[in-house]
Parts: sequence; structure tokens; C-alpha cells
Amino acid sequence: MTEITFWGKLADTVGTSKHTVALPDSVRDTGKLRAFLENELGLDGALRDPANRIAINDQIVVEPATLCASDRIAFLPPVGGG
Amino acid sequence: MDPVISNDVIMPGEVLHAFQQRLVNSGGVVSFTGQVRPVNSSGIPVKHLHLQAHPTLTLGGLVRAVTEANARWPLEAAAIHHRIGDIASGDTIVFVAAASAHRRAAFEAADYLMDYLKTRAVFWKKEVTECGAEWIEPRQTDHADFSRWTLEGPRHARH
Repeated sequence: MTEITFWGKLADTVGTSKHTVALPDSVRDTGKLRAFLENELGLDGALRDPANRIAINDQIVVEPATLCASDRIAFLPPVGGG
Repeated sequence: MDPVISNDVIMPGEVLHAFQQRLVNSGGVVSFTGQVRPVNSSGIPVKHLHLQAHPTLTLGGLVRAVTEANARWPLEAAAIHHRIGDIASGDTIVFVAAASAHRRAAFEAADYLMDYLKTRAVFWKKEVTECGAEWIEPRQTDHADFSRWTLEGPRHARH
């Protein structure tokens, strides 16, 4: 199972801050992940927006990036400032 | 000093006192305290801000910002205390301090750290008013402030 977290405004948009999912074997990069989750969660494009960055195992990645089933994935909207 | 991110109330006077107690050869200490404004940009009273941080990315960024400040200015010490969770109007959100042999480096380093915090630090901020809640993003002026610290900006104050 893969743990996916949503931060800031995205948690409100998605409706949860954490989603655990069994990713199909076909979903092995960030681009496919965005498309898969959009469909799985019934969203309206929020996870396709490149302004919402992806972190894999606590590192913000340059996309497309390869995924492993054991990765911890976070979707990070633009920061709001401290 | 390691940056601190916490749900606990920040008491700026106490934090500043503790910061100064650790100094042995500084002649200038500059601190900044940021607190929740009582009204938002539309003049609506703010009940509280909700600040969210990522458990590792946020602290890592603050550590790098302090490292960068130390590389740019001859500091004896720099400190960041940042609050998260629900923060009431008037309460302290952030405390920053910088200490150096001379004042200019301390002023500029504290300014730099705040500009980093306002534009680059991994925090998400929701403003809660009587009219609802809204996620806040940095203002253009915040980005312009941070852009002052590019290669042509202040780097090696010595006065």
C-alpha cells in the first residue's frame, strides 16, 4: 500500500489529508499518479496542476519521477508564507 | 541554534532573553516578532490563523535558511521560532533573532530570514474570519522583498 498525504488547501479540496491506496503496476511515475488519483478521488484537476508539487519520501522531486509502491508521497500546494 | 517549530505559545521576551544569554562575543542583536493582525486586508476581523507545516520539509528549509544566513553574514547566532496550529489574533506567529559583532549584519540577517519565511518556507496558512476561512499565499511585495537577496543584493555586511 502507498501512503499519500495532502497538505494545505489540497487537503480541503481532496476531502482528506491522508489516502492509502494500492497503486496499480501501471502507475510508476508521478504523471501517471496524478492522473490515477484524479480519477480515483473524483477530482476536478487539482492534482494535475503542476503548481501543486510532489514530494517522494520527504524530497520535492523534479517531474516526471519514478515511483515505488513503498514510497511516501505528499502533494504540496504553493506555500503560504510564515 | 536549531530552528523551532511548535504548537506552543511563543513568549518573545523570554525567547530573546534566552538567546542573549548564550552570546559571548556579539555587539548587536536584532530580533523580529510577527503576530496575527487583528484585521485582514479587507478590514474584516481575524479570529485566528491556522498554520500547517510539513514534519520534515519545513524544518529542513529553516535549517538551510539559517545556514545561508551564516554564510552571508558574520553571525554569532541566529534563531527562528515558528508557531503552528491555531493562532489567535494578536498572538505571536514567529520570532527571529540574529546576533553579530556589529549591528548591520544582525539587521540584514534577521531581515533575510523573515523574507525567507514569508516566501520560501514550507508553511500553509489559513485565515479564519467571521465570513469563513481562506488559504493565504504570499503577496507580490513578499516576493519582491526576497528578491533583494540575490547575488547583487547585500551579502557581506561588516559594519
